[in-house]
Amino acid sequence: MTNDKILLAHGAGGKLSAELIQKIFLPVFDNEILNGLEDSAVFECESGKLDFTTDSFVVKPLFFPGGDIGRLSICGTVNDLSVMGATPLYLSVSFIIEEGFSLNDLEKIAHSMKTTAKEAGISIVAGDTKVVERGAADNLYVTTAGVGKIADGINLSCSNAAPGQVVIINGYIGDHEMAVLLARGEFSLHSEIKSDCAPLNGLVEAILKTSGKVSCMRDPTRGGLATVLNEVAEASGVGIIVDEDLIPVRQEVKSICDLLGFDPLYLANEGKIVVFADENDADIIISAMKKHPLGKNTAIIGRVVEEPKCKVLLETRIKGHRVLGLLSGEQFPRIC
Amino acid sequence: MCLGIPGKVVSLDRESDVAEVDFGGVKRTVSMHLCPEAEVGDYVLVHVGFAIQKLEEEDALVTLELFKEIGEKILESEI
Amino acid sequence: MNQKSKTSEPEIAEKLLRAIRSYATQNFSFMEVCGTHTVAIFRSGIRSVLPKNLRIISGPGCPVCVTPMKEIDEAIYLVKNSNTILATFGDLMKVPGNECSLLEARARGAKVKIILSPMDAVQLAELEKGSKVVLFAVGFETTIPAIAVAIKEAFRRELKNFFVLSSLRLIPPAIESLLNSKKTAIDGFILPGHVSVIIGTKPYQFIAEKYNTPGVVTGFEPLDILQGLVLLLRQKTESRSKIEIQYQRAVSPEGNKKAVETMYEVFEVTDSQWRGIGTIPKSGLALKDKYSSMDARKFFDIPEMSAEEPAGCICGEILQGLKLPPQCKLFGKRCTPEDPVGPCMVSSEGSCAAFYKYGK
Repeated sequence: MTNDKILLAHGAGGKLSAELIQKIFLPVFDNEILNGLEDSAVFECESGKLDFTTDSFVVKPLFFPGGDIGRLSICGTVNDLSVMGATPLYLSVSFIIEEGFSLNDLEKIAHSMKTTAKEAGISIVAGDTKVVERGAADNLYVTTAGVGKIADGINLSCSNAAPGQVVIINGYIGDHEMAVLLARGEFSLHSEIKSDCAPLNGLVEAILKTSGKVSCMRDPTRGGLATVLNEVAEASGVGIIVDEDLIPVRQEVKSICDLLGFDPLYLANEGKIVVFADENDADIIISAMKKHPLGKNTAIIGRVVEEPKCKVLLETRIKGHRVLGLLSGEQFPRIC
Repeated sequence: MCLGIPGKVVSLDRESDVAEVDFGGVKRTVSMHLCPEAEVGDYVLVHVGFAIQKLEEEDALVTLELFKEIGEKILESEI
Repeated sequence: MNQKSKTSEPEIAEKLLRAIRSYATQNFSFMEVCGTHTVAIFRSGIRSVLPKNLRIISGPGCPVCVTPMKEIDEAIYLVKNSNTILATFGDLMKVPGNECSLLEARARGAKVKIILSPMDAVQLAELEKGSKVVLFAVGFETTIPAIAVAIKEAFRRELKNFFVLSSLRLIPPAIESLLNSKKTAIDGFILPGHVSVIIGTKPYQFIAEKYNTPGVVTGFEPLDILQGLVLLLRQKTESRSKIEIQYQRAVSPEGNKKAVETMYEVFEVTDSQWRGIGTIPKSGLALKDKYSSMDARKFFDIPEMSAEEPAGCICGEILQGLKLPPQCKLFGKRCTPEDPVGPCMVSSEGSCAAFYKYGK
């Protein structure tokens, strides 16, 4: 390729498009299905349940401490498949690229996707690229879709939460959103925080291998932990009580939240999983999670209760309580 | 109406009247114009990017002890 | 701050709560003036553990809530000009004006920049010499000195493109106005912690001396607030009326003299309109002559904005502690955080927003 920028022609289906596929996507994603260059990916699968999901990624900036849009796009879809108890199998990747985008950056992002896919043990078997005029998109958007296989006997659902279950999380909340926010450079705050962006299917496998009864798993992405808890409480018609003291939050995240007036319970995470499990099985599940690199800071943070139905309560540091509702709109930095 | 956060002064630029303040691992440049007496190592209360008060570290750390003391005194005298 | 020994915090809280219960032998209504206290009291769960005969009412110390809608409209008017950038604190973004909020104006292409410090507005004016930068100056005494420093700096740098849309208010006159009106029964005040860092306690003495009402300058941690309540209740029990400081680690009786001096170098006291309350004498600030060239209202030709409040909105009564949010006909129905009518629902510190979020 003689120039280093994406041109409209790269999305036109002609010579430059072919060049992009041959010089970047094929060598980087490299697998038998993709290398066949058919119009769609064909693969065999055993009978039983499959799960399927899609997600779009518009994160700014594209590169941030702990990850980038590429890694994020793979993890996002892998994790959505995994929390339903599936083994993720194949992903597709679509790019919408703004004219003038750096080819070098595109290559970096492709490599990051490959590395993450390898970590997760999945293949990227289909893809598409469109290029839009300068100004019609903000650098690069990615959409991924994925399919996974759910083994027999696994039946996880957000409507399965019930009294007698506990709520477990695998580590610190808020790291991802804070890392991205600071990377935008709007606030002149400096910190070592990194995104927690990671594929969770290995951790999920470890959890499901135990004999522990798990009813539901969710990954608290946009809207954070509080949103996911509300969704489960609503879907299952139960109450959830979480203990403020037990929810792991890094000191740096707390400090930034104090400075900006944000609430860590509503911050996005990209490497966290909330597990609802029978309280009698909590110990074996937590033990298995702690053995996994992504579960070292696993903690029980609450329990499912009969009442108040469809509500989440937070037990505060002074052992009072308040309702933990859904976020209204986005959080803005505030001085008051 | 006032998010005021305590932080520790880690470096000071007297000429420009600014300091680098550490808030539990997060650093930010803060104006010291309203708090000229603070030195490196001091704790300050920061609001909208300005240090508005020097805090005595001892006071901050013994707050819990103070609470305990007052709580107990009241209980001793009242109940 | 490394003051948290979490295992003992609930124990101490329990001790303080026991003291509160033992003192609260009759009905008391205490007003917390500061919006940050409104939120802290809810978020900490304190409301859920206080005895029922202790009523905590919110006062007018939410700068967003008391900013008249016409001032939001003035700000929106200014950014209709594509050459003007409005620098505002994030708190104001969602407050509805007559036509739309600043957030909506931004979505329609207006140049609205969220700042964390008034100095960011000065930097912005320095960088964007081709644009006019207007600092939407909203706040009380905690924020005013910082704004004054920024104005002085802009003046020193001779920034001809830096302007101030002033919407600054003072707390003690608002408290006096409430006590004077006798509309609200207030047995004591939880006084604002950070306003008091700046002004000290002298400006509150009239509360005790003229109105025989106690006040305690209180911090914002849950234990601070509990301790503040203990001190207030103790005064009531002993029939004392004094201004005490609970928040001793940050507040001194003299306050921050340099901050106050800086404030009055740049600003002079005027009467001011408080949303829902009306005009409170000597409760606002205007730029002194020396800085009047930066006054956005003098420089820009801002038309007179309607002062009508939306029908049914009782934010004014709520800000004076006369009614609680659930008593408003619009609360939770026509007026929600997603689709607010009045500022008390939108402001992160508004009483209505707090009741809606934490109290259901």
